[in-house]
Amino acid sequence: MPTEITMPQLGESVTEGTVGRWLKQPGDRVERYEPLLEVTNDKVDTEVPAPFAGVLQQILIPEGETVRVGTPIALMEAAEQADVPAPAQAASAPAAVPPSAPASASARPSASAPARPASVPAPSNGQSNRFISPVVARLAEEHQLDLSLIKGTGLGGRISKRDVLNYILRRAAETAEAAPSAVPAQPPVAAPAAPSVPPATEPPIELPPDSELLPISAMRRAIAEHMTRSRRTIPHVTTVAEVDLGGVVAHRERTAPEFERQNVRLTYTAYFVQAVAAALRAVPIINASYTDQGIQLHHRVNIGVAVALDDGLIVPVVRDADEKNLLGLARAIGDLTERARTKRLSPDDVQGGTFTITNHGVNGSIFAMPIINHPQAAILGVGAIQKRVVVLTNNGQDSIAIRPMCYMSLSFDHRLIDGATADLFMMEIKRQLEAM
Amino acid sequence: MPEMTLLESIRQGLDEMMAVDQRIFILGEDVGKRGGVFRATEGLYDKYGPNRVIDSPLAESSIVGACIGASLNDTRPIAEIQFSDFIAPAFNQIVQEAARFCYRSNGEWNVPLVIRAPYGGGIHGALYHSQSIEAFFCHVPGLKVVAPATPYDAKGLLKASIDDPNPVLFLEHKKCYRLIKGDVPAEDYRIPIGQAEIKRQGEDLTVIAYGMMLHHCLAAAEQLANEGIDVEVLDLRTLRPLDTEMILESVRKTSKVLIVHEDNLIGGLGGEIAALIGQHAFEHLDAPIMRIGGPEVPGMPYSDTLEHAFLPNVETIAAAMRELAEY
Repeated sequence: MPTEITMPQLGESVTEGTVGRWLKQPGDRVERYEPLLEVTNDKVDTEVPAPFAGVLQQILIPEGETVRVGTPIALMEAAEQADVPAPAQAASAPAAVPPSAPASASARPSASAPARPASVPAPSNGQSNRFISPVVARLAEEHQLDLSLIKGTGLGGRISKRDVLNYILRRAAETAEAAPSAVPAQPPVAAPAAPSVPPATEPPIELPPDSELLPISAMRRAIAEHMTRSRRTIPHVTTVAEVDLGGVVAHRERTAPEFERQNVRLTYTAYFVQAVAAALRAVPIINASYTDQGIQLHHRVNIGVAVALDDGLIVPVVRDADEKNLLGLARAIGDLTERARTKRLSPDDVQGGTFTITNHGVNGSIFAMPIINHPQAAILGVGAIQKRVVVLTNNGQDSIAIRPMCYMSLSFDHRLIDGATADLFMMEIKRQLEAM
Repeated sequence: MPEMTLLESIRQGLDEMMAVDQRIFILGEDVGKRGGVFRATEGLYDKYGPNRVIDSPLAESSIVGACIGASLNDTRPIAEIQFSDFIAPAFNQIVQEAARFCYRSNGEWNVPLVIRAPYGGGIHGALYHSQSIEAFFCHVPGLKVVAPATPYDAKGLLKASIDDPNPVLFLEHKKCYRLIKGDVPAEDYRIPIGQAEIKRQGEDLTVIAYGMMLHHCLAAAEQLANEGIDVEVLDLRTLRPLDTEMILESVRKTSKVLIVHEDNLIGGLGGEIAALIGQHAFEHLDAPIMRIGGPEVPGMPYSDTLEHAFLPNVETIAAAMRELAEY
């Protein structure tokens, strides 16, 4: 009997995964631990190894489709049973319905067999289909809960009774805390991202002979979706400050060799992250997300740092950046960028960011108006560091000097941040960097 | 409180009841001079004499039949079926006669009969000395079925069974006889028929069991406690009538249920309990109701390995509990 291969959970907070690429086709023999497919989460590709040796019989979920953790994605026959080449079924068939659920508890009941609760079919693709147990349904009704806001920790991401009770407790606690704002706490931003734009609804493109249609990679699609959502929902405003990085440049020259001895590469980015973390502490409203139910203020400072890749861009997150010193930040950034470039980030590495920095200056750009990393409230763009002639005033004496200068731009969500607040934040960054 | 085995508590219960009620007598194979094959009636022949502790022929039908007749004539018989495997010849007397007598006589006549029957496996008894027979009898209205798992419960339920004006099938798990020890108070007490007991409080899931399986479930629950899974263990004690209220109350609390019995899974008591829960606590369930029971094998094998494989044990129960907790 073929065994179901299910969508694995590739990170602590990951509830779904996208089939990126099938590395084996129906009929292929697969060794144990041999990569079977690539799963994409938030642009991170992870190879999923075969749990046992055998023959891939059928692909249930085609490439590009996103399903919840625990959903059957393929059928495999174990090696000893798979002498006969499996009847290959077209892999392209979109999400073939799982074969007549092998739910019948077992033809040969034994002491342990009937004990398996597996007779409940795993939820199929899409969160709308996930199994809601009777007690969860009743609690949702009694407490008027929107179950899409609750993260499931049960089998295959199922929402268990405990998840609901914990949610109710947490919500009560948060409502009590956030009493003045009088909005129900727990904005829906914690919910998984909206289902992807179904490409199938568009009419087929008529391709003129002098052009070609490139396939959209999972990462490209994620970027496209994310950018569109941000632009569509967030009224962007950009403000610009010019910062004198003389102190930072000197500090880095002094400190980099010392860090080098500890195997840590000191980049300017570490200084920017440090300054932003301090500024976020000073102006906490920037470290927030706007939702219709209320402004979600993030208590932790997790700063995403955009890393350009050959075929796209990814934003690994420096967690609790405000709790790290310069060495710790440099080490964390070095580790994340290295793993981003070698595609070894885990899904957890790219989640939970509360603010983002994009260092477009490394490519020579002096000035940009970046798009906010939804659902965050602002993004800082850092331009190229250029020596410029500036007028300095010391003790009332003006003088002309050559200084390493940099334009920094802040795109912010004007729904929750006013211009004055954004500028206050920018001036704090400037103060931090110029005080080095 | 003196500690004693389950077997000793039964012997003591019989003794104490016979001492105060002259109408009580025991009828069964080898119950007299030999004191029973398990020594449950040891010493009673010497104490109460051959008229009250009577050796019978190897004929279960006549043991029960004679007891029914005697019970209609102002006596309180206690029949012993040497092994519950051999209760089949008495099935007709128990089901057709004893269980219906009160109903048939419109309440005029009662059959205050207790049928003691050692049951269950795990003792290398093989096909003819290992069976669980409770499901056959739990099907019958008019009959009470009791299956204690601890010495305290055994003595208290035995006395309540003897007091009862209608027939009671009193099941004693053979594996529990000498293995299970516990405190039994010296003073007289009863445990009412039809009352289950929570033997272990827990929040995460409910396990329902009785007899030897109760002890396996308690051991498995201890194991899971180390893994942070909090298991509630409910001892049915009486299989008919079921303590529906306590079962439902526990399920409403934990929302997950595992039912464990050694008796055959299919058509076993677990199915009845699952149906009760499904009907009356549906909106409290957070997982499929799970059952563990005997496999689809016609009898308990003799081979040690196969006997072990046949019986649910602490590991299989713990594994099912884990699965349920994870669900």
